[in-house]
Amino acid sequence: MPKDGGIGASSKRREDVRFLTGAGNYTDDINIHGQAHVFFLRSDIAHGTITGIDTSAAQGMPGVVKIFTGADFEAVGGMPCGWQVTDKHGAPMQEPRHPILAHGKVRHVGEPIAAVVADTLEQARDAAEAISVEIDELPAVVDMKAAVASDNVKVHDDLTSNLCYDWGFVEENKAATDEAFKKAAHVTTLELVNNRLVANPMEPRVAVGDYARGTDESTLYTTSQNPHVIRLLMGAFVLGIPEHKLRVVAPDVGGGFGTKIFHYQEEAFCTFAAKACNRAVKWTSSRSEAFMSDAHGRDHVTKIELALDAENNFTAVRTETYANMGAYLSTFAPSIPTWLHGTLMAGNYKTPLIYVNVKAVFTNTVPVDAYRGAGRPEATFQLERVIDKAARELGVDPVELRRQNFITEFPYATPVAVEYDTGDYHATMDKVLELSDRAGFAARRAASEAKGKLRGFGINCFIEACGIAPSNLVGQLGARAGLYESATVRVNATGGLVVMTGSHSHGQGHETAFPQVIADMIGIDESMIEVVHGDTANTPMGMGTYGSRSIAVGGSAMVRATEKIIAKAKKIASHLLEASESDIELKDGAFSVAGTDKSVAWGDVTLAAYVPHNYPLEDIEPGLEETAFYDPSNFTYPAGAYTCEVEVDPATGEVSIERFASADDFGNVVNPMIVEGQVHGGIAQGIGQALLENCSYDENGQLLTASYMDYTMPRADNLPQMDHYVVDHSCQTPCTHNPLGVKGCGEAGAIGSPPTVINAIIDALQSGGHRVDHIDMPATPARVWAAMHG
Amino acid sequence: MTKIEMNVNGRAASGEVEGRTLLSSFLRDELRLTGTHVGCDTSQCGACVVHVNGEAVKSCTMLAVEAAGSEVTTVEGMANADGSLSVIQQAFQDHHGLQCGFCTPGMVMSAAALLKENPKPSEAEVRDYLEGNICRCTGYHNIVKAIMAASGQDVAPVAAE
Repeated sequence: MPKDGGIGASSKRREDVRFLTGAGNYTDDINIHGQAHVFFLRSDIAHGTITGIDTSAAQGMPGVVKIFTGADFEAVGGMPCGWQVTDKHGAPMQEPRHPILAHGKVRHVGEPIAAVVADTLEQARDAAEAISVEIDELPAVVDMKAAVASDNVKVHDDLTSNLCYDWGFVEENKAATDEAFKKAAHVTTLELVNNRLVANPMEPRVAVGDYARGTDESTLYTTSQNPHVIRLLMGAFVLGIPEHKLRVVAPDVGGGFGTKIFHYQEEAFCTFAAKACNRAVKWTSSRSEAFMSDAHGRDHVTKIELALDAENNFTAVRTETYANMGAYLSTFAPSIPTWLHGTLMAGNYKTPLIYVNVKAVFTNTVPVDAYRGAGRPEATFQLERVIDKAARELGVDPVELRRQNFITEFPYATPVAVEYDTGDYHATMDKVLELSDRAGFAARRAASEAKGKLRGFGINCFIEACGIAPSNLVGQLGARAGLYESATVRVNATGGLVVMTGSHSHGQGHETAFPQVIADMIGIDESMIEVVHGDTANTPMGMGTYGSRSIAVGGSAMVRATEKIIAKAKKIASHLLEASESDIELKDGAFSVAGTDKSVAWGDVTLAAYVPHNYPLEDIEPGLEETAFYDPSNFTYPAGAYTCEVEVDPATGEVSIERFASADDFGNVVNPMIVEGQVHGGIAQGIGQALLENCSYDENGQLLTASYMDYTMPRADNLPQMDHYVVDHSCQTPCTHNPLGVKGCGEAGAIGSPPTVINAIIDALQSGGHRVDHIDMPATPARVWAAMHG
Repeated sequence: MTKIEMNVNGRAASGEVEGRTLLSSFLRDELRLTGTHVGCDTSQCGACVVHVNGEAVKSCTMLAVEAAGSEVTTVEGMANADGSLSVIQQAFQDHHGLQCGFCTPGMVMSAAALLKENPKPSEAEVRDYLEGNICRCTGYHNIVKAIMAASGQDVAPVAAE
């Protein structure tokens, strides 16, 4: 029977009512009395020296309040990077200065050069057109290998080269890994590209800066996944505003997918300009601006080698990856191709020796940082593609080759520094093969061939590290932040609760799912619990939402705070019931004395806490409000197996997804409806990467895909139909180290699906006699047709 | 500046606009009907869909002056008279057809337009009709389901365990 409330119930989302009636409160819906608008004049040149900026014609235009250039920001800090990677020689990465407005040089198309603040947006835009900028254009470097091979074009003159770092992991394993390759019975090698993507949340970024002269307080309203992180970075490192004078609000946010984690120049600008102009300053990104200013994702070029012994056991994996950083280091950019990528190269397999080399490279392109999955899709794609290729070379079943090498005993310490706590990879494999009716594939292939189509079956397994992250560990790895989460649980006198969380909901449904947990713990109705998030003024310091961490880390903090509430409430109940505290039990919203019929209701206890007439004041304080900070002791390790069947039209190269199945192990699940929705969304983005999406530059650094006319977003008819599409999360090995046993589900779909699709396409082409080992994403009709025709 | 008048969600509305003012800007900035969203600048994403004289229109692609004298319906005008969710809105909640909510107003308005012209669409017809509405969160699966359900057709219930 489906549950009708609490953990495990598909409670309908309470936030939906405001979103469905147009009553949401997104950042662009916020207008402050007397606000001005800013328009950023952005570089249309990828690389050049600024020789002059003439704003004189623009200054006197109607409505213009003030015009800013890079010179106005000399007294403030640059955009900070939150993670310092150490290279394979023990030296810190190269870290360039990242100005709010370009100063001296422009380094990518879209970099802001000047900012016009005016009464209306139209006036600001008109005035910006009257600014004359002279730039001596320099050759641009876009290709990563070219950027490393030669210093002819340097993105940053004050750095020694375009190489941010050359990272080796685990360096101590390198010699043994090389030796294993010499002894291997078989080696499979694959070179591939993980295509550059743009996250494209449907809500473009917005920032509204406000300043109160009377109190010297600044407020920033922004489209962020983590308002406290923005407050810390912008206050401490950019503008020098102490946190008690700076409030950051991220209200309803229209999707993030990683790209709204980072601190951006426009946020700092609006906060700075509001004080300089003494009026609120608002910026709303256009979609075209978003394409050239939101941090991009992926963009790796990789060579991976897999060594096997004579019995087809994996003996070693060796990789070399070029990872694009773009022109500057975005907030968490250095950590993505290293600690969120190299540590996952064991996948689901007991490969004993692994060596990962990553060269992070500066180019004249938009900065690259985390996008849904962040490093883990890149790890999964290369590993699962090379395994599929190895199976074909060896003439063995790709399912059996994977099964033979599965990790089966937990906890399992990988050779790449992480310890998987739980998992059952055979269970998810069994499940997905059942769901996908692999047994019936031959008949479906025959039917496709009868109508002139090629049909392929793709299999893929994945693991990810979520619930980010143990602070002491990430501190050793270079993080310049802790990665705990916080919650304050405030119980009101009449028994209702408010949870103030540092997690942020921008589509994940925290306002519904978090109360389900507390409702179960206390035995009260979910409607008695409200979630407050997104405002540094009324939530405890928190690290926000990314890396599938909200329920695993934020939810755990909430559980810990609620446990403190219950412990104190039991003390109050024991006083009211004149019984020993150890005899008090909480069930169904009432405290009772074990073995008796004496009880007191939840609401009576909460009332006593605030009206303490009959209350143990000598032992405990009045009130019922507790805060907890939860710092996880390990990552969580969601894992799964996905299958896909494609049809390829040999005449055109067009690929259609005919069937898709996923079997995920997320540990325990709080709201199955929300979990399935997260997987649907992740898979759609993964299919988008595999078949449609590509962020493309020409050799001069011009962005060729700067609108939805050019960048192919998945539409409803690009995705599998309902009858042949199933997402399953019934295989559950609960996480052993957090109180809810949860692992996180936000990124799985985007990690698991791209190699599934490509494996299916290769299977289809091979079935038609085409000797095609690999196709780079996106597998557009042109690419597939070209691969078929050599 | 031009003075324009129109009927929005059953009420008279008026304002002064420039010739270049888009209908989406007029609704959001002048009338403060911020349920209509703007997600792109090339008329692709559909977050701004409203109904003008009963037809679905991308309000970022129509000038406010062009809509003068028209009957305009936005997502704020879609609930039942008593404030409860309409059949389409309720189906979106029941089938988890929204996550971040940003594309949702356009999806609701497109769904209403579709069901008006095709009361029992097939799944393929729903997917085809949504060509002009982009959602980045849901993978469309539950949006399609919600629209089918709102048309009175049987679809699988949401996940339960």
